Amino acid sequence: MAAPRKTPEINGGSMADISFLMLIFFLVVSTMDKEEGLVRRLPVMPPENMEVEDMKVNRRNIIQVKVNAQDRLFAGNEIIDIAQLKNKIKEFMTNPNNDPNLPDKEVLFIEGFGDCLVSKGVISLQNDRGTSYSKYIEVQNELIRAVNELRDEWSMANYGRRYSRLSEEQQNIVRKAVPQSISEAEPKDVTKRRR
Amino acid sequence: MSKFVDKGKKETPGINTASLPDLVFIVLMFFMVSVSMRQTDRKVMLSLPAASEAAKLERKDLASYIYIGTPTLQYQRLYGTESQIQLNDAFRSIEDIRDFIASERESLSEAERPYMTVSIKADENTRMGIITDVKQELRRCSALRIMYGARKVSAISSY
Repeated sequence: MAAPRKTPEINGGSMADISFLMLIFFLVVSTMDKEEGLVRRLPVMPPENMEVEDMKVNRRNIIQVKVNAQDRLFAGNEIIDIAQLKNKIKEFMTNPNNDPNLPDKEVLFIEGFGDCLVSKGVISLQNDRGTSYSKYIEVQNELIRAVNELRDEWSMANYGRRYSRLSEEQQNIVRKAVPQSISEAEPKDVTKRRR
Repeated sequence: MSKFVDKGKKETPGINTASLPDLVFIVLMFFMVSVSMRQTDRKVMLSLPAASEAAKLERKDLASYIYIGTPTLQYQRLYGTESQIQLNDAFRSIEDIRDFIASERESLSEAERPYMTVSIKADENTRMGIITDVKQELRRCSALRIMYGARKVSAISSY
């Protein structure tokens, strides 16, 4: 009588090679680039037959930030350097001394928090067709940075923690109390051409 | 005559490699989970502008991409060195954005459509003219959630 036959074992030595092959394949076809950027919301396009109506905003409540084709920066009718922009925006949005030339504040009831003074300021960003994209993003970045810092300060004062460490609900409250009101105006030539 | 006395010659035992495939599989799984597939070949040269406030996009699957930049060397003979718009895999014009957005919107489910984000990836040397045109076209298609693609840096060092 023959001895019971043994099933031969499968050689697993090449398994590592096969999985290495798959690993290499995934490395090649995939991207690791992170999706990062500045998230903005565009205004709704007005219907075409409607006249473009200028927003009825009190003059003191609006600051115009313009970037011309030479990448020069104007904010509130004066030429400033980009390093000054953030503080200018912060001063504009907070209006610490209740300057009549700086934006009005209104008392707004925020659910979950109560009454709160909210600035009515609007930042209007305008650019020229010749502005470089990098400058534009730099300016956008400064504007967002100013608002983010204000939010941090506000939440430090009211919750004792930075904005990013607050709960979802509290973040919603902060977003209402310190709105990010950056408006990208209808495009127009900022640089006046002499003909 | 002790039982424990080593009689034979000493040999270094070989390292057992039976668990090597498992290790490699774990690395493989990690890569499969953490990366996303490359969907399109970029045909434009891109170096994204730097921004310190860049935030991460939460839902990558809801994003559509518009690339704007100078065509890469091999396409410059055909398309020149002016900034071009790339949608999916080809150079397109401003007018094609409408169809592109419509088809991207079509591919999402009804519930997710309002959250569609258009990621504008433009080279930092692009002029704003073409980007303004793209933005206006996006407004016309009411694709209002946009993201300016940027590199995250801790602080901008230009000043």
